[in-house]
Amino acid sequence: MDFATFLQISDTALRFATPLLLACLAGLFSERAGIFDIGLEGKMLMAAMSAGAVAAVTGSVWLGLIAAIFGSLLFAAVHGIASITFRGNQLIAGVALNFVASGITVLIAESMFGQGGRTPPLEGAARFANIDLPFTETLATIPVLGPFYAEVLSGHTILVYVALALVPISWWVLYRTRFGLRLRAVGENPASVDTAGVSVVRLRFSAVIIAGVLCGLAGAYMSTGLQAGFGREMTAGRGYIALAALIFAKWRPWAALWATLLFGFLQALALRPDVVESMTRVAIPVPFLDALPYILTVIVLAGFVGKAIPPRAGGEPYVKER
Amino acid sequence: MTKLPTWADVGLVPLISLTLAALVSAGVLLAIGQSPMQALSVMVNGALGSSYAWGYTLYYATSFIFTGLAVTVAFHAGLFNIGGEGQAQLGGLGVALVCLALPWPHWTIALVAAMFGAALFGAAWAAIPAYLQAKRGSPIVITTIMFKYIAAALLIYLLVNVLRPDGQMDPASANFPAGAHVPQFQEIPILQGLFQRFGADGLPRLNAEGLPMYQQVPANVTFFIAIAACVLVWVMLWHTRLGYAIRAFGKSEKAAVYAGISPLRIIMIAMLISGALAGLMAINNVMGQAERLVQNSASGAWFIGIAVALMGRNHPLGIFLAAVLFGFLFQGGAALGLETDIPIELRTVVQGLVILFTGALDQMVRMLLGAFFAKKGAT
Repeated sequence: MDFATFLQISDTALRFATPLLLACLAGLFSERAGIFDIGLEGKMLMAAMSAGAVAAVTGSVWLGLIAAIFGSLLFAAVHGIASITFRGNQLIAGVALNFVASGITVLIAESMFGQGGRTPPLEGAARFANIDLPFTETLATIPVLGPFYAEVLSGHTILVYVALALVPISWWVLYRTRFGLRLRAVGENPASVDTAGVSVVRLRFSAVIIAGVLCGLAGAYMSTGLQAGFGREMTAGRGYIALAALIFAKWRPWAALWATLLFGFLQALALRPDVVESMTRVAIPVPFLDALPYILTVIVLAGFVGKAIPPRAGGEPYVKER
Repeated sequence: MTKLPTWADVGLVPLISLTLAALVSAGVLLAIGQSPMQALSVMVNGALGSSYAWGYTLYYATSFIFTGLAVTVAFHAGLFNIGGEGQAQLGGLGVALVCLALPWPHWTIALVAAMFGAALFGAAWAAIPAYLQAKRGSPIVITTIMFKYIAAALLIYLLVNVLRPDGQMDPASANFPAGAHVPQFQEIPILQGLFQRFGADGLPRLNAEGLPMYQQVPANVTFFIAIAACVLVWVMLWHTRLGYAIRAFGKSEKAAVYAGISPLRIIMIAMLISGALAGLMAINNVMGQAERLVQNSASGAWFIGIAVALMGRNHPLGIFLAAVLFGFLFQGGAALGLETDIPIELRTVVQGLVILFTGALDQMVRMLLGAFFAKKGAT
């Protein structure tokens, strides 16, 4: 693989990693607060449809983004009510919401546009434009780093940079604020948080809502940034890859960035079997590259690479003692 | 919270959950400008209105019985086998390998051999997550999802590169030999009469040889194997030492360990049975209907199995009834897609809502009923 091809694949990798990263951070907030979220996929799908539909009707990608966040929050609210208020099974709630999202997005898109469950192709102001970062010209003379800056880092939509910025922000919120401390505590030992006089229900709902907003961004990126419009099942299991990345990252923000970049890179490589073959000198089947994120996650889960320990109170509804 | 009487907990709670799911579905239909009553009548007619419709409803129900039972056996051991679709797909691979291996002389022999292959492959795919859970504490909920995707990739590879006959475009195996054809309902002597076709004049239609013609339906002998599986699972769970150990382990791991039950053994056995049952679904859809292995052969039946297990309250009798109900929803939804301009995806929404209300919001229904019963008790 020559340097130009590497840059090209890295550029694609960053695009593919962005929705994974946003969804992974969504899962991070939710699961750190003790709410397992299988429903990342459904929320992303709902957001992608909402963004595609509203951007197509209004011609404004920003209104589309707001709609995406709203659509995702709607599902997050149902997940919160089911798993926090009514202490239902969080996993089953997530599975159910994925199901509902998979169907209802097509129903809505079909009844609005009648194009077989798609939204009309978006163009112009209805899509996020690519942003060229400053100084690409001047820095281009620096070997290796210059082209990397110009070809890989520059020229993405705003949501890519938002996603990257959210990594240090998430770290700061989780590890350097009172809210973050309480959020992590509620995922480990909710009773202790309750004893300290802090509302477990409110904290967990905040976490679920943050997850909803982040999934909204991820979905909006899918239909208005990565592609031009919504198509049925367009998230194609990305919610589950994000979940895998979250475990791979052992529920930490910076590690989530590296995990999603790795998985994004694998997805980008799967599109270029010729490059893989020239590098390894044996034909590696594309399905194997598709399956690699899941295989890696199983290896991590099996405890062969450090130990992935989920938040202790994850998945358990909190019943306040009376 | 008031404890509900048993009849209310077993009968009333699922019924109310189902009603709520139906009401929300009706709301969705109204919101997209369709008539819920018309949709219901098309569904009832399309899924129950003729022997042809029943042939499809019971075919789907057969798949859902297997997946529902598979989810249930794992549930009783306190394990959530969420990615059993992978096991079902591998079961399909097992069936295909067995059916393609020999020119089978008679379907009974082929069926027994294919069942063995399906169960073996399904169980093998469940074995690794089970072992990782038991030995290394890796949550089975996540590992089975990962294995579902790995199975999907493996199957794509095998179908495109290994099992696909030369000169065929679509990624699928060769057609199974005629000896591996299991009788469908219209080919079973006792049931045959139900599927006889009649002409417009009300007389039976005859083929070129003067024999009566029958409506072809996908429901096949696997339906009776599914019923037998219900009985066997019931006996295993409630009338054997193993079943007792599985349920005890599922209720309280610590108490079970104290009673001398080995967690490794129970996790492995429960997941192997679950995987085998998931794999057995392939007898119905791969051997009984498609008669070749295609991509996505399990197509969503697994998640419906979760719903079926929840609705059926993890009891084989309940699972049978819930599976028929979901067979109705699945076939009725298909009829909607064909006969009205309501997209077929409505059935996915309805299934999701049923899972949501019966599986995740069941406490809500119980709380509401609890309040009602508490008031009644006070007066």
